[in-house]
Amino acid sequence: MSNGQLTLDAQALYQQLLQSLQSVLPAQAHLVGITSGGAWLAQQLQHDLGRKPSLGIVSSSLHRDDFSQRGMAESVATKLPFEVEGAVVWLIDDVLFTGRTIRAVVNELFDYGRPSEVHLAVLVDRGGRELPIQADMAAARISLPEHQSLRLTRDAQGQFVFSVEG
Amino acid sequence: MKILIQNGHVIDPANGMNTKADVAIAGGKVVSVGPVSADFHADTRIDAANCWVVPGLVDACTRLGEPGHEHEGMLESELRAAVAGGVTSVVCLPDTQPVLDEPGLVEMLKFRAERLHLAKVFPLGALTRGLQGEVLTPMVELTHAGCIGFTQAEQSIQHTQGLQRAMQYAATFGYCVWLRAQDSYLGQGMVASGPLATRMGLSGVPVAAETIALHTYIDLMRMTGARVHISKISSAAGVELVRAAKAEGLPMTCDVSIHNLHFTDTDIGYFDTRARLTPPLRQQRDRQALGEALADGTIDCLVSDHTPVEGDAKALPFAQAEPGATGLELLLSASMKWAAIHKVDALRAIEVITHAPAGLLGQAGLGSLMVASAADICILDPQASWQVLPQNLRSQSKHTPFAFDLSGSEMTAQVKATLVEGRLVYQSPGLL
Amino acid sequence: MLYKRNPQLNKNGELIHLLSTEGLSRDLLTHILDTATQFVSVSDRDVKKVPLLRGKSVFNLFFENSTRTRTTFEIAAKRLSADVFNLDIARSSASKGETLLDTIANLSAMAADIFVVRHGESGAPYLIAEHVAPHVHVINAGDGRHAHPTQGLLDAYTIRHFKQDFSNLRVAIVGDVLHSRVARSDIHAFTTLGCAEVRVVGPRTLIPSDLSQLGVKVFHALDEGIRDCDVVIALRLQNERMSGALLPSSQEYFKNFGLTTTRLQAAKPDAIVMHPGPINRGVEIESAVADGPQSVILNQVTFGIAVRMAVMSIVAGNDA
Repeated sequence: MSNGQLTLDAQALYQQLLQSLQSVLPAQAHLVGITSGGAWLAQQLQHDLGRKPSLGIVSSSLHRDDFSQRGMAESVATKLPFEVEGAVVWLIDDVLFTGRTIRAVVNELFDYGRPSEVHLAVLVDRGGRELPIQADMAAARISLPEHQSLRLTRDAQGQFVFSVEG
Repeated sequence: MKILIQNGHVIDPANGMNTKADVAIAGGKVVSVGPVSADFHADTRIDAANCWVVPGLVDACTRLGEPGHEHEGMLESELRAAVAGGVTSVVCLPDTQPVLDEPGLVEMLKFRAERLHLAKVFPLGALTRGLQGEVLTPMVELTHAGCIGFTQAEQSIQHTQGLQRAMQYAATFGYCVWLRAQDSYLGQGMVASGPLATRMGLSGVPVAAETIALHTYIDLMRMTGARVHISKISSAAGVELVRAAKAEGLPMTCDVSIHNLHFTDTDIGYFDTRARLTPPLRQQRDRQALGEALADGTIDCLVSDHTPVEGDAKALPFAQAEPGATGLELLLSASMKWAAIHKVDALRAIEVITHAPAGLLGQAGLGSLMVASAADICILDPQASWQVLPQNLRSQSKHTPFAFDLSGSEMTAQVKATLVEGRLVYQSPGLL
Repeated sequence: MLYKRNPQLNKNGELIHLLSTEGLSRDLLTHILDTATQFVSVSDRDVKKVPLLRGKSVFNLFFENSTRTRTTFEIAAKRLSADVFNLDIARSSASKGETLLDTIANLSAMAADIFVVRHGESGAPYLIAEHVAPHVHVINAGDGRHAHPTQGLLDAYTIRHFKQDFSNLRVAIVGDVLHSRVARSDIHAFTTLGCAEVRVVGPRTLIPSDLSQLGVKVFHALDEGIRDCDVVIALRLQNERMSGALLPSSQEYFKNFGLTTTRLQAAKPDAIVMHPGPINRGVEIESAVADGPQSVILNQVTFGIAVRMAVMSIVAGNDA
């Protein structure tokens, strides 16, 4: 994928993320993927890292701050098949941008209990933050014009691919 | 005052006339139809080029709101609506407040109407006191006061012996009894029985409510010899019974309302109370049968069923809303629309709203352009196209299922001028 | 003849009022059920609230008494963080002769965002929906005999939860269908969602004769009616029907149409038993069945809250 100046090899970035997490993740930490791009990544990481603690999936749709403009977003439901109270949680997402999704997701997580730690790992941090939120780990930090959107998809072979629109 | 209506196309069903002709009027009467005599000097000439010149319409089912709504000036507003619709004679129902069951009330109504010099009013008298179905009214006195027949309006008499006696009494004097074919018990519902009533969760009126009543009336006619006019027939099965009764030679006549002729139950849409009517709108096959029966004469005439309803009485959930719609200004177009759909000729299209209903009233010359008859005339543009917009209606009541936003259809034919007894009582703006 | 646009949808086809399951597309019904899935878990969390309707006012307008339905709507609205106001219409201005529309106008002046309406007359919520301001949404909690759309939706949700695929299912609705708004909403929802067969079962006096035109098979005998069915829904039999010369007695009804363990055997062994509540034990259903392993009646209640949360969130997020 190319937007003229920049090439993002999603698979390569995934490998980097995988290695960084391998050295940092405590044994008892739970990976929780953010729908929907983060969920794929988390699933793949869970498998590739051979992790024991249960994998979770979290949706931002019940806590979004743009409900009055955009209405009810359709999404897979949040599923956290572990005790959130006192847990160590690593949120996984594909792209970190304004930070609003993370804010909503953290609120959603706290509806289930009080985790002892929450960390964030993303494939790409594209800047443009509108809230004081940062990733603990990002495989790449880039800058994109605001009107462009960056999305993670999977191709026919199941490989991760980035696409830029706008 | 001598008037000459020139260049118009005259349609006079009573004389089978359907041709270009001039109409001369003097002293409130028709003097000639056709070539004008040389010594006729008109004071006024009306140019009816491209228009039809027909007898003033006769509406055999109207409510005028008086007695009861005097303070709202309803008699005047509704008679103005009548002449704007080309209607020069109306038959009004006695379910007023108070009920028209006393000669004094009838005389008062006729007096007030005559003073307005608009359409002529021919009241139906109540068949029983207060329409309660128990005590007979003084039918002879009521007839002398001006009643042209007797009816129970919507209050069908269930007590068969009581009805039999009322019919017998009326038959003594040859009076016509106007009856709604609706069994009181089966007729309690809000809409016609059927899949629509089931889907909408509204109580239904089965066809049997009409046919059971008709069977009863027919048997009582055989017993008593009474003349009966069936008001507002609504179903195909009902039409068949009327057809059979007429074939048998029984003195039965029948009318249909503009609503049942044009709409079906599905036109209720999303519980639109403008379609809350009695009788209820039935299904497609019934509408088809009604249209054909009006064409072949099984149904004698078309009525507007004009019933003014206040705005608030319609702004309620369907079952609580008052039934009724405004109709006087729609009668002409409703007939023309029916004629177009059923390929009926102009003579019959006009006959069902002039000569045929006039026949029910027993007034010589009414509903025709016969020489020496009263000059009650309607001049209309048969090609004009218009939309029914409530704010343009002259009636005080604005509710009709013909309204453009509900029916989506335009109307054809518009009245250009109306004369009653040779007086111009209505002309459309900017014409003639 | 021309119809006005479906009053439940805005010009983009989005849901702004929920008045009936009839007239809603399969996609839209599925969207509502999918959204409800997100809300089911809210009841299991420590914090049983999400902020979607914070700052909004939901007015429960019940012209017919129903503590149960009103309570579930209240719970649903509060879980969405809305402010809830319950109006006991029987004791208030309506009984003093105030018209329905005047009541609505007065409440709208108090900045209501959502009206949840239950009324004894079919069509009343349509009248209300026609007269509210553009940003106000109407949810029908039952109108006369016509519709109870949230019940239809939660019944569909329940079936989907336990049976997944509608296209293989036979569903039987047993009881007083003639007077039932639940039955009508169920029938429209299930047929639209592609149910293989929808049946109604009951005595002739309680089953309208033209139901087959709604895509439904009519039965007047219980065993035949529920044979090989995957879902049996028992409707509540109201006492008024007994006195209304429609049925001789509740005992006779129970003997012929009551759902007992024995009679339930005619249905599939894994059939689920549903009931909109409240149950008349010993009239339409036997306790052993209502409390038995095939009964999902209590699940319906749980799902009902999620479905109502879904409906409120969806309409509140769409402009007129």
